[in-house]
Amino acid sequence: MPTTDSAFQTDRTALAARLATILPAHCLLVDDEDLRPYECDGLTAYRALPLAVCLPENEGQVIDVLRTCHQLGVPVVARGAGTGLSGGAMPHAQGVVLSLARFNRILKVDRDSRTAIVQPGVRNLAVSEAAAPYGLYYAPDPSSQIACTLGGNVAENSGGVHCLKYGLTVHNVLRIRVVSIEGEVFEVGSEAPDAPGYDLLALVIGSEGMLGVVTEVTVKLVPKPELAQVVMASFDDVAKAGDAVAAIIAAGIIPAGLEMMDKPATAAVEPYVKAGYDLEAAAILLCEADGTPEEVAEEIARVTEVLTAAGARDIRVSQSEAERLRFWAGRKAAFPAVGRITPDYYCMDGTIPRKRLAEMLSAIAGMEKKYGLRCANVFHAGDGNLHPLIMYDAAQPGEWERAEAFGAEILELSVALGGSITGEHGVGVEKINQMCVQYATPELEAFHRIKAAFDETGLLNPGKAVPSLHRCAEYGRMHVHHGDVKFPELERF
Amino acid sequence: MTPSRTLDDIVATIGVAHDERAPLRIRGAGSKDFYGGMLAGDVLDVGGYRGIVAYEPTELYITARCGTPLAEIDAALAEKGQMLAFEPPHFGSATAGSSGATVGGCVAAGLAGPRRQQAGSVRDFVLGVKLVDGTGQVLDFGGQVMKNVAGYDVSRLLAGSLGTLGVLAEVTLKVLPRPLAETTLVFELDAAAAVARLNQWGGQPLPVSASFWHDGQLWLRLSGAHAAVEAARGKLGGAVAVDAEKHWISVREQTHPAFAGQPLWRLALPSTAPDAGLDGLRAIEWGGAQRWYAGELAAVRGAAARLGGHAVLYRAPESLRCREGAFAPLAPAMLALHRRLKKTFDPRGILNPGRLYAEF
Repeated sequence: MPTTDSAFQTDRTALAARLATILPAHCLLVDDEDLRPYECDGLTAYRALPLAVCLPENEGQVIDVLRTCHQLGVPVVARGAGTGLSGGAMPHAQGVVLSLARFNRILKVDRDSRTAIVQPGVRNLAVSEAAAPYGLYYAPDPSSQIACTLGGNVAENSGGVHCLKYGLTVHNVLRIRVVSIEGEVFEVGSEAPDAPGYDLLALVIGSEGMLGVVTEVTVKLVPKPELAQVVMASFDDVAKAGDAVAAIIAAGIIPAGLEMMDKPATAAVEPYVKAGYDLEAAAILLCEADGTPEEVAEEIARVTEVLTAAGARDIRVSQSEAERLRFWAGRKAAFPAVGRITPDYYCMDGTIPRKRLAEMLSAIAGMEKKYGLRCANVFHAGDGNLHPLIMYDAAQPGEWERAEAFGAEILELSVALGGSITGEHGVGVEKINQMCVQYATPELEAFHRIKAAFDETGLLNPGKAVPSLHRCAEYGRMHVHHGDVKFPELERF
Repeated sequence: MTPSRTLDDIVATIGVAHDERAPLRIRGAGSKDFYGGMLAGDVLDVGGYRGIVAYEPTELYITARCGTPLAEIDAALAEKGQMLAFEPPHFGSATAGSSGATVGGCVAAGLAGPRRQQAGSVRDFVLGVKLVDGTGQVLDFGGQVMKNVAGYDVSRLLAGSLGTLGVLAEVTLKVLPRPLAETTLVFELDAAAAVARLNQWGGQPLPVSASFWHDGQLWLRLSGAHAAVEAARGKLGGAVAVDAEKHWISVREQTHPAFAGQPLWRLALPSTAPDAGLDGLRAIEWGGAQRWYAGELAAVRGAAARLGGHAVLYRAPESLRCREGAFAPLAPAMLALHRRLKKTFDPRGILNPGRLYAEF
């Protein structure tokens, strides 16, 4: 939950006047009615109206905006398509939103080197579409890929349903061009396999707009597999489904996708999509194989064997591309389908070791009773990334607060089970308190020092991603770890 | 100095060095003493802090203390049909008295082997690190799960940092199943034709897991499902190599004659880069993206930069590495950023000073 940040006080009139000298009128929004569409990102529960929105059209303008904000001491929040689910692009009430929406050109697609150079406002799916004539595509495919941008993907280190086999954004981006808060341009990574010095590319990817503003990205493209086929298996017990996932990995198979949905999720989806899911099953698994036709046939046979041995009550293999897409349609429509059966839902993003899945799901069932809210679960089972969808009604007093507490308990249990509070959505403002549970003082201090090495004045996206130590001390649910109280050096309030 | 056998030993030694501002030279097995810049300070021997802490085949990770030999890790993984997919060199396992590279040194140096072109680099497989920084503080970054975007990705930053940010006391690496089938094809091609073919194949869905060109011959390894390897073999032609495994070990370990010349330069380039116009090309790997040159090459750094890459003075007498710098120089703003990052973890600059760059 965000709190009011009183560290910055901006003279709105002076700021608007300065920005007007460096940006043409159509690149600058300062009236409240124009700012309204920017007051939140995909996490609509948290909102703030910025003082201005800048929509630069070239790198020179980005540099000018950042230099100006640096001189005036004004916070800057970079923004792509605003599809993020953790409030990472939520504006600062005393700051500027720097939208990269107009950086929407694909600068180069190179068939020979299998790379593309794109601006940060290019949509994820547009990269694959531009590469398709060469038989290539960009592998990370977050479910928002028709709308989300590469710049946002870099900021959040986005994943998708295929990252067990093809990796996250960090595995598929080769080079980025960054502007610092002082307006200095630097490049990290390289179109070669590595670059001299520290691996700053890995550090900047996933840094949630805290270290710099991305103006150009080189991505790796990979050959499109000739064929993909999916096995759908249903289980009458969630633990069995979890064990089946482990059995697939133990058999030496890394599927292109390995997804799980529980009964409430399939119940929400089936009337909406008619994917043909087994509505009696406690959980269904979708396991995709891709490659040459021979390779796919071999893998599908082995997966089927493993799933049968793991006690699947029903197994179906897609017999056509249309059927494969239909099996997937349900999974991909899970969020909107849940949105149809509840006024609002809150999507979580914890990661746990796969073997703790059944434990987690039974704990979530307990929390549904405790908080009086329903929850449907979709799960990137292959890499342990759980997306519980907590259903609530924002119009009912207290329901959002209960949903928020429910979500926090899931995240904290993820840490206790050996996992993480976020697999692919980022910390943003949403999970800032849970960072206090995942990390202790020394790591948080190290994060703050790293931030200062890039942005000494702390103007880039303040209040996101890494909590202050005082915030952690104030947060009521600190965990006792190995009998030690975290943050013992701080007073309790 | 007495070897460190426990985490407390490492913490205590660094704590004293921090107080006394005395430089330390972190050392596992010493298999990469040849690599990087100057070796300075008292040896902090962490080879004794060893052992596999956790290995969960179905969770696809292994956690080991820094001094654990790669050979021990490979053996544990092989038992479950898994591997470190970036195929790191062991350097020295064959020579008397050295057990070969440790896992801590492997991650700190960030050197990957032939499978890099298919599977990814060392940092791509780093999931978590327990770090002892330059003040003797123990920090835990990352974890044991595949996806984790909470906080800055410090564990990956540490891959290739050559111990300048801290001792990587414990590392967690993603592991993968070994391929079900593998076969190696050999083609007679000159260097330019080999690079062209490698890039052409790279754009097709082929299971190419390694490539090595030397002296008119291109070796190509295919790895994957039986059917995929068979289909690719039929499609590509070439001669099937015998004793291929021995060949790839000699490439990984750089015992192949191609790596014999000194000074030896490693060029990391875009895979499609044309010929660098330099004498002394010894070998091409990674689909064209890693090229090896031997000899006194004054123009090598400029040539690599023009092609969009960089050159590492990989094996050379220490005096030459100190004079030329082992790694391509950083632009002033980038150097300043490196120094600030160094300071965040090692404020007194006591850990492996000069090993990466002479300036810090």
